Order: sequence, then C-alpha cells, then structure tokens
Amino acid sequence: MDQAARRIPVAAPVGRPSHARRTGGALLLSPAVILLLIWSLVPLAMTLWYSVRRYNLVDPTQVGFAGASNYVYLLTDPDFITALLNTAILVGGVLVITVGLGTLLAVLFDQSFLGRGIARVLVISPFFVMPTVSALLWKNLMLHPIYGVYSAMMRAVGLTPVDWLSRYPLATLVMIVSWEWLPFAILILLTAIQSLDAEQKEAARMDGAGPLAQFRYIILPHLSRAITVVIMIETIFLLAVFAEISVTTAGGPGVASTNLAFLIYSRALLQFDVGGASAGGVVAIVIANIVAAFLLRAVARNLEA
Amino acid sequence: MATVELRDIRKTYSDEEIIKGVSLTIHDREFVVFVGPSGCGKSTLLRMIAGLEDISAGELLIDGVRANEKGPAERGLAMVFQSYALYPHMNVYRNMEFSLRLAGMPVAERRQRIADVARILQLEPYLDHKPGQLSGGQRQRVAIGRAIVRNPKVFLFDEPLSNLDAALRGQMRVELATLHRRLGATTIYVTHDQVEAMTMADRIVVLRKGVVEQIGTPLDLYHRPRNLFVAQFMGSPTMNVLPAHIVSVTDHAATVTTGPLTVTVPVDAGSLQPGAAVTLGVRPEHIGLDVAGAPQGLVEISERLGAATLLHVRLSDGRQIVVQTGGDNMNAPDSAVGVTPDPAHCHLFDADGAALDRLAAHPLQVGS
Repeated sequence: MDQAARRIPVAAPVGRPSHARRTGGALLLSPAVILLLIWSLVPLAMTLWYSVRRYNLVDPTQVGFAGASNYVYLLTDPDFITALLNTAILVGGVLVITVGLGTLLAVLFDQSFLGRGIARVLVISPFFVMPTVSALLWKNLMLHPIYGVYSAMMRAVGLTPVDWLSRYPLATLVMIVSWEWLPFAILILLTAIQSLDAEQKEAARMDGAGPLAQFRYIILPHLSRAITVVIMIETIFLLAVFAEISVTTAGGPGVASTNLAFLIYSRALLQFDVGGASAGGVVAIVIANIVAAFLLRAVARNLEA
Repeated sequence: MATVELRDIRKTYSDEEIIKGVSLTIHDREFVVFVGPSGCGKSTLLRMIAGLEDISAGELLIDGVRANEKGPAERGLAMVFQSYALYPHMNVYRNMEFSLRLAGMPVAERRQRIADVARILQLEPYLDHKPGQLSGGQRQRVAIGRAIVRNPKVFLFDEPLSNLDAALRGQMRVELATLHRRLGATTIYVTHDQVEAMTMADRIVVLRKGVVEQIGTPLDLYHRPRNLFVAQFMGSPTMNVLPAHIVSVTDHAATVTTGPLTVTVPVDAGSLQPGAAVTLGVRPEHIGLDVAGAPQGLVEISERLGAATLLHVRLSDGRQIVVQTGGDNMNAPDSAVGVTPDPAHCHLFDADGAALDRLAAHPLQVGS
C-alpha cells in the first residue's frame, strides 16, 4: 500500500490533472489572486460608495446619502463637458501626431544614412524623460515668453514672443505630450518595418512600384497591426494625462486645459468635494471601459487577419 | 522575342570584386540556368540583370538595347523570388493584379489576363485566398502567375524551388519545364541544385567565385567538363577523383595508373610526359564490377536506392571510390570486389585542374 501511494505522483502528470491537483493549484494561486482583487476592487467599491455620499473635506457637517445629486451636479456642470472635450482633443491630437509623424520617421530611420545609430538613440531619448520633468523643460526652457528658446528665436527674427501656455494652452499640451510619446510610436513602428521581408519590397519594385506606391501598398499594410497596438497603448495612457497639466497650466486658464483626470483631482483636492470627485471617477471608469472595449475589438480583428 | 546580352559584367562591393567579368549571350526562348555553390555570385548576377543591384562595370543589353540605367520595372522582366515574396495582405487576385494596376491597365483587361493565367496555373479556386492560406506549392504558383501576367520579355527565377520538399520540387520542376515549353519565354534560372540545372536547362552557366567556369548544354557539361570543378559539381553522385600519374602517351590516348588501377584514356595528352601527375576522374555510373579479375578493394558501405546501388569501395591503396551498380547487386559490406572504369568515360585533368581534350565524342552530345 505504501508503494502504491508513492506511485501516484509519478503517474499523475501524464493524464488530466486530477481534481485534487486542481484544487491544490487554485489554493496556491489564491494569495496572488486575492491580493490583486483587493487592490482593484476595494478602491472601486470605495469610489462607488463616496460617489453617492455627501462628503466635503472643509465642511464635516455635510454627511449622509446624496443619492444621485453628485452625478447630476457633475453632468450638468459646463466644466465637465469642457473637460470631456479637452480629453478627446488631447487624446486625438496626440494620437494623430504621434502615429502620423511616427510612421514617416520610422520609414526615414529605416533607411541607412551616416550616424543612424546615434540619431536613433536621440529620437528615442525623450521617452526616458519623466513627464513632470519634460513638462517643466518645455514650460521654462523652451516656451517661456521671456527667456524661453522659442521666444529668443522669435525675437531674433523680429516677432513678438507668444505666451504659449496661456494663449494656446491645450494645443501646447498636445505638443508636449506628443513630444513625449513620439519616441514610443517610432520605436514600435521601426521594429515593425524592420521585420518587413526585403524581397517583398524588391518584388514591388519589379512590379513597378515607386517609393510612394511601395509605402502605400506594402509598408503601410504591413504596419497596420503595429499601428493598432500603438493606438491602443497610447490611448490608455493619454486618457490619464495629469502631470503635464498640473506642472504647466494647472488646468487653466479657467478650465481651458482641464481634462477629466485633472477635473477629478481639482474637485477632490482643490475644492475638497470628495463626493463630486468620486462621481467623476466613476464616469471616467465608464468612459475608459467603453474606449477599451472598442480598441480591444479592433485589435482582436487586426490580429486575426 | 527577347535576348539578353552580358558584356564583361562586373560587380564590386567596396573593394571586393564579387562578379569578375561575365560575358554571355542568351538567345530568344532559351532556358538558361546559372548554377554554382553558395557564394559564387549567381544570385547577384541575376539581381543585376533584374535591376535590383547596380552594375559596377560592363554592359547589359536587353533586346540589343543598353539597360544598365533602366529601373527594374522598365526592363520588362519579371522575377520569382526564393521566398515567393507574395504580398501577405492581398489575396491571390490582388497579388497578380498589382503590377497591372500600377501600370494603369483597364480593369476588364486585367481581369481577363488574370483569369487566363489562373487557368494555366490551376489557381482559379484560390483567387480569393490570402497567401497565408495556401500551401508552399500553391504560393509558388501564385509567384509564377504574378510574373506571367505582366507578359515579360524575360523570366528570372531565383532558387524558386529550394523552399519546397523533395517530392513537390520534382513536380514543380516538371511544371516549370512544361510552362516554358508552352510560353516559350526567355528564362534565366538560378539554382545551387545541379539536378534542376541538368533537367531544365537548354544551357547551363557554371559559376564559381564570380567567374564563369563553363557554359554549355547539360550533356556537354556532363561529358566534357572543362575542369575539375565543373566535373565534380555536375552529376550525382559526384565524380570519383583519384590522383594518378601518366605511364605512357600515344597520339590518341594516355595510360595512367592510380593505386591498383591502370586505365588507358582516349585523350589528347598534349605536352604531358610519362611520370607527370594528373587527376583521373570517373563517374560512379561508369565503373563496372569485375567479377573474374583479382579483387582491388573492399566494399565498405552499400547504399541501396532501389533502382541502383551505390557501393563505397575502399581500394587497396586506401582511397575510396563510389561505384554505381544495379539495384539487384548482391555485394554486402566487406566483400572483396574488382573494379574496372570504362576508359571511354574517364576524364583526365592536368595539375591545374584543366581537362585534357577527350577524343571520343558522345553520340547524344549536341551544340559543340
């Protein structure tokens, strides 16, 4: 009997995992799974909870259930619509610039030219600068109306310097965030281009395709999968852009450069309305999930083909 | 009508010369095969004809017109690549249509042409398929179809069968030969496989290290190799090569001896004197087994192919030769055998590897 018992562990891996084995495996996995669940479910539950409560940090007398009034107040607030629009412009603008310019630059950096190795490192390097630092660099070093590089350049040719961040706050933010994310797009698209079979390009040349036709019919279709991946990953991060806004414009002037993430922050920690901010958080979660559902479907279809 | 003429074509990369002056005239409707070991420059030469590589020096004439400066598409050639190089995101129809579309051909005419080609290549059921859904042989046919629809002056093939398994390769070889008979288009075909060269070519160009070693019909190369390299490269199994020295010389033959063998070969020995070192070459299929005579070696291995048996025989001087005998040959390993090379099919090469002129012409030999 002792021998028979010892034989079981040897024989077990060959067939299907036994019920006991599966239970054992689930038991061993459970600490990690439970920890992750707590990590994501508890904040979600608390956000949902606060979003239906009266909860103001400067007025402890406001307590009790608010019902839907936090949501009503948020959704009827014109600032919310502006923030939603700003978020869309920020995400869309950065996506167009990084994917469009990224594709062209990736094609360019795929050609062989003198100093290509150094140029590639340089073009990738903005990605390694953290968002707060690059936002400060742009705000103070490049765009400052008095001692910024751009102002110096404009004065040099006799133009009046522009105070970019107060005149065109959202466009400037789009530019700063694009500068941060362009390297990522180039990196992904360049590696994708390099995996293109050289004989395919040669076959296209034999078929009479010039550089433009090659780009349109060979390179772009080859890149479509990589472009979808870039769009998906960037969208996830761009929906939550915060540091750049906080450092440069603090959402202003007014709410001209406030996106959803910054709106929630200002509700909670500038206006101390935790209930209203939580309602904004819940709306943000819903929007993020809608976007994610669309993107995942697009990616899945593209990966299948 | 299409001829291709190469005049002292050279290719130089930085300071290394890859193609060292190739001159060749390819006639209309001819099937020419460039063959050679890897790194001999055969693919580079083809790509220079195609226009994918610049020609460093020399002149390329297509239909008598200089084409050095013309782009790949303007030369009127079509190429089938080793990896097929089909466009993966286009279906079979679109793949074949691509060049016609770029050339601005009307849709109705395109459809007609592609339908014709698809019928010839039996691709009709697959026109809607993407290349990823096709087997290797089907992809190969699509690649050929993409070349045919353009109605090119010359077809270029760059090792098109090397990605296929042996059975399919044999089948595609026959299909390609049939297609060439049917279309009658001038074809240049690159391969490292001498079987493909022998079976399909009108003329074979043997290349080594950027130099043309010999140009001739398949049987010409087989029966009259100009040097040791061609002799060993063409023919399967490989020719046996034995160091020998001359015993005596007459006007129409030289007698050589190597180990236990003495052969009188009908060649023009030229200035070679008795005692001179030469190389005796004899193909496995031209060595007979001598049952009556004294044994000259031991069978080490017998490879039974069914139709034939290859005996690896260790001669008494320690050298190994391969003898091809009938499939029913009963010699087992370790049995002692006598071998007799057929003098009419023996080759002699001088110390530099150049063949001595053979005086007996082969009846099948044409073109020389």
